[in-house]
Amino acid sequence: MNPTGWLLALLQTLLFVAAAPLFGAWIKRVKCWLQNRRPPSLLQPYRDLRRLFSKQVVLAEHASVIFRLTPYLVFGAIIMAATVTPFITLDTPTTAIADAIVLTGFFALARFFLALAGMDIGTAFGGMGASREMTVSALAEPAMLMMVFTVSMVASSTNLATVITSIEHQMVMTRPSLWFAALGFLLVIVAETGRIPVDNPSTHLELTMIHEAMILEYSGRHLAMLEWAAQLKLLVYAVLAINIFNPWGIAHSDGLAPLAIATALMAGKLMLFGTLLAAAETVLAKIRLFQVPVFLMLAFTLALGGMLCFIILEAG
Amino acid sequence: MTDTRFNWMPKLLSRLRKSRVEVTEVPSWHDPVRTLWVQARDWGRLATYLQEFGCRLAGLWGEDRLERLRVYACLEKQGDYLLLKVEVPAAEPQLASWTAVYPGVNRLERHTRDLLGVTFLDSPDNRRWPRHQAWPEDVYPLRKSEPLSGHSPDADTPADSDYPFQSVAGEAVYEIPVGPVHAGIIEPGHFRFHAIGETVLNLEARLGYTHKGIEKIAEGRTAEALLKLAGRVSGDSTVAHSWAAAQALERAAGIEPPARALYLRALLLERERIGNHLGDIGAICNDVGFAFAQMQFSRLRERWLRDNERLFGHRLLMDQLLPGGVRHPLDNDAASSIREACDRLREELDSLLPLLRDNQSLRDRLLGTGILSTEQARRLGCLGYVARASGCGYDVRCDSPWPPYENLSIRRPLQQSGDVAARVIQRAEEVYASLDAVRQILDKLPPGPLRAHWPEAATGAGMGMVEGWRGEVLAYVRLNGEGRVERFFPRDPSWFNWPALAVLIHDNIVPDFPVCNKSVNGSYSGQDL
Repeated sequence: MNPTGWLLALLQTLLFVAAAPLFGAWIKRVKCWLQNRRPPSLLQPYRDLRRLFSKQVVLAEHASVIFRLTPYLVFGAIIMAATVTPFITLDTPTTAIADAIVLTGFFALARFFLALAGMDIGTAFGGMGASREMTVSALAEPAMLMMVFTVSMVASSTNLATVITSIEHQMVMTRPSLWFAALGFLLVIVAETGRIPVDNPSTHLELTMIHEAMILEYSGRHLAMLEWAAQLKLLVYAVLAINIFNPWGIAHSDGLAPLAIATALMAGKLMLFGTLLAAAETVLAKIRLFQVPVFLMLAFTLALGGMLCFIILEAG
Repeated sequence: MTDTRFNWMPKLLSRLRKSRVEVTEVPSWHDPVRTLWVQARDWGRLATYLQEFGCRLAGLWGEDRLERLRVYACLEKQGDYLLLKVEVPAAEPQLASWTAVYPGVNRLERHTRDLLGVTFLDSPDNRRWPRHQAWPEDVYPLRKSEPLSGHSPDADTPADSDYPFQSVAGEAVYEIPVGPVHAGIIEPGHFRFHAIGETVLNLEARLGYTHKGIEKIAEGRTAEALLKLAGRVSGDSTVAHSWAAAQALERAAGIEPPARALYLRALLLERERIGNHLGDIGAICNDVGFAFAQMQFSRLRERWLRDNERLFGHRLLMDQLLPGGVRHPLDNDAASSIREACDRLREELDSLLPLLRDNQSLRDRLLGTGILSTEQARRLGCLGYVARASGCGYDVRCDSPWPPYENLSIRRPLQQSGDVAARVIQRAEEVYASLDAVRQILDKLPPGPLRAHWPEAATGAGMGMVEGWRGEVLAYVRLNGEGRVERFFPRDPSWFNWPALAVLIHDNIVPDFPVCNKSVNGSYSGQDL
């Protein structure tokens, strides 16, 4: 047992949770710039969370215990997902459980309860959102797993830390499998985190919502937790994409210098990633709901292509 | 134009005589409207003849004439308006329904029944319309015996939970109730969807949540107070509604506003059109998640509205019209600043619109969504950009031009495809056409007074027809001997465009409803009255 390691893991998770709203605010800021608008303060999401936490919870008359438990379960599951995701350093005890399939499991758990809660109160929107969410995730998960398998084959492990270390020592440029997997993963991220063009997190139009429709009846601290969980999920996916496909700079020891460098590099990469996401969301309209399967089919095909590339071109 | 006016009338009259429909023509008050008295017993088959003859139904309303209830129907053919009057005894107020022939009239009939108590027989849809639960079934607010102040309710209005919605049965059909309270800040209205999966089988709108009793509170008003009210029938069409009402008043009183006032009114009307279209184009794009367009067009609209505020003292141009004239003068500096603003807007549009037109993901969402065919649009009597995007080109400014439009040449853009994209393009082209119109208005703006003298004791009845930004706005006004309003009925184009929404959404998917709705953009307030 290494107490500094655990401390580091705890600090890393705390940083993860604390930075999530900031990442969302950054994307919003870039979007505002691209739309010739003045952006709100980077602290705005924190203020929103504080406001929601201090508000009373209003529960539907028919809400069952599932509806009340879901925000805690979802928030908890996503925090667990953040815990097992290598963020700044690989030198923590949590790397041992940092398995890509475990991670997918945490996300599935959160989604399962979210969909249940959506249907729990019996409004049309909750059920509609739940059914749409399940449709999207049923198609996104295979693509996600296919991507996981591709990078696992490259690294011969599903452990994220091993994958990252392995990729760090390779020339990604010469590995078409990783290029394919990365592209596929980008599409999965967009679908899984409910961003444009799949879902629109800032819409007020109930009938077009996916994720927001499920949480329409939530208020107060419940809503705060769900919002925060959504922001954290986006950050986890962004960090995953960065650390799997562009891990250079991640710390391997608990020295101050490598940690500082890794943090700065990660911040820079996240800003870049956020800018990319914001640019895509500015030039694209939301796609028609029935185009989402086609969109995710493309993600699956890309990941599959990556795997085939590995088998045909790289395995030998 | 004047030579061909009503050249179809003799043919219609002989057609009606042949069918033994008894009609009496009464001398009319003014040019574009002629009035016929008809008998209640002929009412039903009259609709069939008129429809076969190619008349479009433009409005239907009623009035309490003490022991008799009078019903008016307004029809239009080739830009000429025909007003039919019929009377039924107040003790047994029954008329045949026109709904089977003119489906667009259904809500107007139900409105007349709920507010005045005229029963329309054999209507396929006889459910209540503006009456929710705020007043009992046997109370008809527009009867003269009902007090102007209304009845003060003893308790809170009960929830309106027993409205008989259409029901759709079948395996896997489910119902989605939406509204009247929405997640965004929009007008209240309830929509009931029946869907299989995401495909809409049937959509039914339940409106009336913004019923304000406009028609009743108009009673007893002076001409000036009436215009104030008319300007609030639908806030975004304030110029159109007040001009229609002013026209009706002026025709009733036989007053001709000075030429400069008319040109200034046209300027206001076109400014209203441009401002609303700009806002709509952005909002439609935003409803498919394309926020960039929303931001850009909001900016253009905001600048336009600030100019309104600076030049006329009101962002939405409320209370600009007075009986016989307009309120605000326009000096040369202001005119040239409008010209500059128009040029700037044109430049911005030239660079923005291609961005929208060429954005593949936007095209993918808007093209082919919510198609309203020409046939459907004509059958429902749709108006304005909704009709013109579906190939029905009626425009009061071109087909029945009133002063000063008879001296202006207004372009009439037209689309054929009838989908959401066509309604966006139509709006954009109408903005360009209105910019041209503004230039002509400023070029021709004659000098002179802003107002004609308004006689206090004006009397008579009149109708006004104005092409507002949503389409033809109709107003009927009757004054009593003391210059007070006896009856006011404003007919917003939304009466005929709302039913189109239920038609064009058919077979589209549920998440496409908001964008379809926005592309039609009916006024809740304008039709709830």
